[in-house]
Amino acid sequence: MTASVHSVAQVMAGPTGQRGWRARLAAWRVPLSILVLCLLPWVLPSQALAVNVLIYGLVAVGYNLLFGYTGMLSFGHAAFFGAGAYAAGLGIGQLGLPWYAAIPFGMLVGGALAFVVGLLSIRTRGIYFSMVTLALAQLVYYTALQANSLTGGENGLRGFTVARIELFGWPVDFLDPIKKYYVLMTFAAAALWFVSRVLGSPFGAVIEAIRENETRARACGYDVERSKVIAFTLSGLVCALAGTLFALHLAIVPLDTLSIQTSGMIVMMTLLGGAGSFFGPFIGALAFLLMEDVVALWTPHWQIVVGTVFILFVLFLPKGIWGTALAWRAGR
Amino acid sequence: MSTPLLAVENIGRRFGGFVALEGVTAAFEPNRVTAIIGPNGAGKSTFFNLLSGVLAPSAGTIRFKGRDITGTPQHRFVHLGIARSYQITNIFPELSVHENVRVAAQAFRARYDVWRPREAMSELDAKADAALAAVGLIGRRATTAKFLAHGQQRALEIAIALVADPELLLLDEPTAGMGPEETRDMVALLEKLAADRTVLLVEHKMKMILGLSDRILVLHHGRLIADGDPRHIQSDPEVRRVYLGQNDGYA
Repeated sequence: MTASVHSVAQVMAGPTGQRGWRARLAAWRVPLSILVLCLLPWVLPSQALAVNVLIYGLVAVGYNLLFGYTGMLSFGHAAFFGAGAYAAGLGIGQLGLPWYAAIPFGMLVGGALAFVVGLLSIRTRGIYFSMVTLALAQLVYYTALQANSLTGGENGLRGFTVARIELFGWPVDFLDPIKKYYVLMTFAAAALWFVSRVLGSPFGAVIEAIRENETRARACGYDVERSKVIAFTLSGLVCALAGTLFALHLAIVPLDTLSIQTSGMIVMMTLLGGAGSFFGPFIGALAFLLMEDVVALWTPHWQIVVGTVFILFVLFLPKGIWGTALAWRAGR
Repeated sequence: MSTPLLAVENIGRRFGGFVALEGVTAAFEPNRVTAIIGPNGAGKSTFFNLLSGVLAPSAGTIRFKGRDITGTPQHRFVHLGIARSYQITNIFPELSVHENVRVAAQAFRARYDVWRPREAMSELDAKADAALAAVGLIGRRATTAKFLAHGQQRALEIAIALVADPELLLLDEPTAGMGPEETRDMVALLEKLAADRTVLLVEHKMKMILGLSDRILVLHHGRLIADGDPRHIQSDPEVRRVYLGQNDGYA
């Protein structure tokens, strides 16, 4: 409170050091992510694992927009992931859409669902919000289960295999896992760039302010409810995109995609990697799936091991892998 | 007579069967400092919450610059020109001191823009730094807000309100929880602010109020029992009766 001895210019020039490397990392986060994604199929034990990391990493990135940055713990994000997947599959199988149109179609359906779920759920806060999102996601799950003739019910959605695609006139064998990986990766990379723009935008500052202090954000002149619905919808859109990529990848959509286990896994991956950081969700998805891959070789009860690791993280490293690394580097 | 900046007419607020505030009528002229006092539970915070849109009044009207703003959603108030601070420090704890104020300034520029980079709005940085300089926090601009001392957090909250350049500034116990030294700094800051702004102030520290305000409103059991300049209020028999046993506060 005493009169400042620093001049503004002095302070602006001020302690760069640690802020400097953080700013540089933030500026390069998209190219860096894309580079890592390009290398993924060559460094992981299997290409199947690389595709899963890509898709689940993207879901976690979308989820993180809501959970990590806006501070809303949704427990129903499988609904948007699943809706994207089912819509893409149905678009190809039933409506005869080409694969590239199935992606925006799936995003439209998943995004619209997220908008509606967002409108309904943001009326509540904290645990009640989580419960409402969970309940609405279960509603979507049971709808898919009951609408047997359209969705295939328990057997999942089938019959929309994309075997060959054309990219700017060039035929590409979509059954070749590595070619498929790079096609899907292009969409994931575009989504990462989009999320990075959102986080660096004025709206990105608004959602962080809402996470930090909703009352203050409102007093500052922000329509908190509307901002939350927008964040919810953007988050759902990214998850729906991941869903469409998942459908194209597997050529079936298992009913499980919409299940509460999937919602839980999305939360776990995000927390494991570090909520509220750009790289965290991808690292979380990588760690989770890698653990599953390795431990499953050795025991069918891999969930016990992964669950234990998760609990240890929540208890002792609540910032997750990446969040802890950042904090450690910053020396705090 | 010119239109008052703010005028409340017969406003009241009930919570179920409990009447927190009833039948308050007052008008506030520009560029004056008005203090609102009263024992605990007198309705001061409710009054402030009505004036800042946190609560809608259950009776009466609020006019700002002649316009009826009763029932306007809270987030619109700062855009009308009414900003406030809270009794319990209300900042963005994990954000930097600078970002706390920058994001407040941003509300007047971009609220839903998901595309342009924030760095392109450098005038917001300058505005934020100017507000921080005004409250003496410019040297701490890179600090995470939660690491500031209590008094500095209160000052930061005032900078957040100031950056909106409000015509009406509502300060709810700006010196709450402060020691004598921090209080002295805050009073100096408030004197500076009061020079060219309309300020409404809830406070308990009587000595500070007497020195700072042009006018005092006294609330008791949700009703306005006195309204006048400090000297008048000090000698008001009703006020003296309400504050009986707290007379040392006048010393």
